[in-house]
Order: sequence, then structure tokens, then C-alpha cells
Amino acid sequence: MPKIPSPLWLLAEVTHSCPLQCPYCSNPLQLVPKKDELDTEGWLKVLHQARKLGAAQLGFSGGEPLVRKDLEVLIAEARKLGYYSNLITSGVGMDAARVENFRELGLDHIQVSFQADDATLNDYLAGTNAFQHKLDMARAVKASGYPMVLCFVIHRQNTDRVAQMLDLAAELQADYVELATTQFEGWALANRDHLLPTLEQVREAERVAHQYQEKYKGKMKIFYVVPDYYENRPKACVAGWGRVFIAVAPDGLVLPCHSARSLPDLELHNVRDRDLDWIWYESKAFNYFRGEDWMKEPCRSCDEREKDFGGCHCQAFKLTGDAKNADPTCAKSPHHHLIEQAIDTSRLNPNSSKPLLFRKRQINANLS
Amino acid sequence: MSQVDFKAVLSLARGYRFQWEESQNNHVLLYPEGMVQLSDTAAAVLSLCNGQRTVEAIVAELEEDYETDGLSEDVISFLEEAQEQGWIQYA
Repeated sequence: MPKIPSPLWLLAEVTHSCPLQCPYCSNPLQLVPKKDELDTEGWLKVLHQARKLGAAQLGFSGGEPLVRKDLEVLIAEARKLGYYSNLITSGVGMDAARVENFRELGLDHIQVSFQADDATLNDYLAGTNAFQHKLDMARAVKASGYPMVLCFVIHRQNTDRVAQMLDLAAELQADYVELATTQFEGWALANRDHLLPTLEQVREAERVAHQYQEKYKGKMKIFYVVPDYYENRPKACVAGWGRVFIAVAPDGLVLPCHSARSLPDLELHNVRDRDLDWIWYESKAFNYFRGEDWMKEPCRSCDEREKDFGGCHCQAFKLTGDAKNADPTCAKSPHHHLIEQAIDTSRLNPNSSKPLLFRKRQINANLS
Repeated sequence: MSQVDFKAVLSLARGYRFQWEESQNNHVLLYPEGMVQLSDTAAAVLSLCNGQRTVEAIVAELEEDYETDGLSEDVISFLEEAQEQGWIQYA
């Protein structure tokens, strides 16, 4: 077994609460209730332990991290510890003064997400009137001296508007724009029939993105990633299990990938009970998919196994029932027909009869 | 784009941070959701791109540190690449 590398990335999912209700949310369907969240002391402990382990990049995420009143305390501590800290936010819950304060406390980067390029579609998808505020916050972020980093989450209902999204980004003078296709986890998987783009949509979005990449070269960096359903090869989920990435859920559960909570047999641990060092190096969960001993065919003998490590184990589990199977987005997987069926369903049945399921906002009790 | 102005002052681009990472035993450049591990020479140049030195001063300082001269060409070619990557900007 090769030496286990130190983690570089800590994702702190400080809360699952969110004022938005996006139906593609990657949070689990069973959201962590507010009363079970780690307190300030708990998060400070996480920051210290992960930094000691080697993490240099820190993402404050959620839910909506701005919901946490102690975010400022965590940001200040992160700076003191030498993290490069990223705030992944909808922008709802801050104003220009809070942005300025984040800046003074040492937050390095704010990424503002948009649901669409216009108010009607944006606010329909978000389940709340947030569009104008997002525009104001994107401008406030830049005015504060940060690079402006925008993220548009794309899926079938908005992917035909990639050109308009990039026009908006250019108008706002964004420095980076990420066109992130919905990953089909959590709420997004439950809503897949509404959200999976068709092949034609994917190719068109790709064409438009490349055209804008050329047009804005040197001014605005545009990232567009083809969704894994259309790639025939899986993505190396979190850059390989237990190699780079460590996520801590709102309740302190430590996860090798932010959706790993759903996988059976991992024996996940909570930072309230064990320290991160032990969890990273020794726990069953973090060693579960390290190396290649766990692999089955076709991964075991595949010459691309060191590139994608078998793909997304959560996707393999949810779609095939066994997390050790190859990610079915891979054309070599014996379960690849499940992906083809989903694509066919989305093409033949563009208006699903199932209602679109909006995620819950505030979580004060366990959902039944 | 070999149009480096020797009198211009260089700094790291918006959102970029240069620091020593003990656990990697390396200097790194950190930026939104990313990180580059730097070679010793890249680190030596970038450590001087702090908004206070002109290209000319950076070259002179490196030549003094390395007790040599004629570094100008190497430094310029690195700065061109660094600018291409979006790591640095002219103040």
C-alpha cells in the first residue's frame, strides 16, 4: 500500500439550512436539523485539526453558510491558521457591509451562485426572490477587491440559456465563471427526470461555452464541464477517495466525499468522537476505496483505473446497489444501460408528470 | 507577448496568495479553489511580486541573491508565463 497523502482540501458544510429551495441541491434528502449542528467550538476544532493534517484550501459551504451567525469567527480563525478560504454562497444573508467585514477578517474568495440569468427563472428555481440581491452581491464582492467568481448550475430547464448567462457574467465583469452541470445526487437525483439535459442540449451548451471562451480570452475565465452522463468515462470523484479531500457535515460527521453519508458499511466517524488525524489515516471509511484491492471488474483490469479510480462510488451505489461496482456512467460498466435509459427518458419525456420536488428550507426537526 | 516593461511594478493577481506550506515542504500559490506547487526558482521570483518592486528591481535582487548576473532573460520568460497563467498583474 503506497503512503497515504495528506489532505489538501477541507469542505466545511457548516449547515444544511438554506433560504433557497433549489431542486438540484446536492445535500442529502435527510437534512441535518439545526439542533444537531456542531457549535462554534466544534468547528474551530475541525479547522485546527485539518490544518495540522495539511489542508490548505478551505471551503465554507452548506446549505447556505451565511445562515451561521459565527461564520465571522470561523473566517478569522481560518486566516490565522493559514488557510485559503472560499465562501460558496447564494449571496442571500449578506450585504455589502458583511462582505467588507469578511474581507477585513481575511476571507480569500467568495463564489456567488446563480440559478439563471433572469429573475423569473432564477427565482422560480430558487423558490424565493433572490435574483436582484444576487446581482447586487456579485457587484459588492468585486467592489471589495475580490475576484468575481460566479457559478451557474445548469440543467435541462436552463441550459439553453448559457449564452445569456455568459452575457450577464460579462456585463458584471466576472473574472471566473463556472458552468456547473447538476450532479445527480441528493435532491437532484430525485428530480432527475426534470433536470437531466438532452444530448443536443449538452452539445449546444458546450459549443456556446467554447465560443465565449475564445471571445473573452484573457478577460474572463469560463469553465464548462460536460456532465458525466454524457462522457462515457466517469469523473475521478473528489480526485480519488481519501487522497485530497475531507468533508465535514453540519453534525460533525467526517466524509470522504460530501455524499458518502448514503453509503453502507463505511463506518463513518464523527469529529466529536475521534480526531481528524485518526479518521483520515486509520478509519475504515477513509481506507475503504483507497488503493485497488476493493476493485471489481471491469475496473480491476482497466488501464484507466489510475485516472478515474472507478468513478463516483455514491453514483455506483445509488444506481446499481453496490458501491464497488464501476460508476455506471462508464461505457465499460455492465450497468451503463441505466444511464442510457435515463438519457432516453429525458429525451422522450421532456415534461415529466412527476412534480418537481423543491428542497426544504429550514430544518428544525427530523423529516419523516 | 514579450512586452515586459522593466519599470512596471508587479504584484500577484487578485485573489492569489503565495505562502510556504510546511506539510508539503514547498512554496505554493493559492487561488480560488486551487493551488500550484512552485519550484524553488518560481517561488523566488513570485516572492518578490508584492506590489513594491519593479521588474528591474526583481531581476537585480535575484542576481544579488544568487550571486550571478544575466538572469534577466530567464526572469522575463517566467514572468511572461506567469502572466499568461493569470498569476501576476502589473500594479
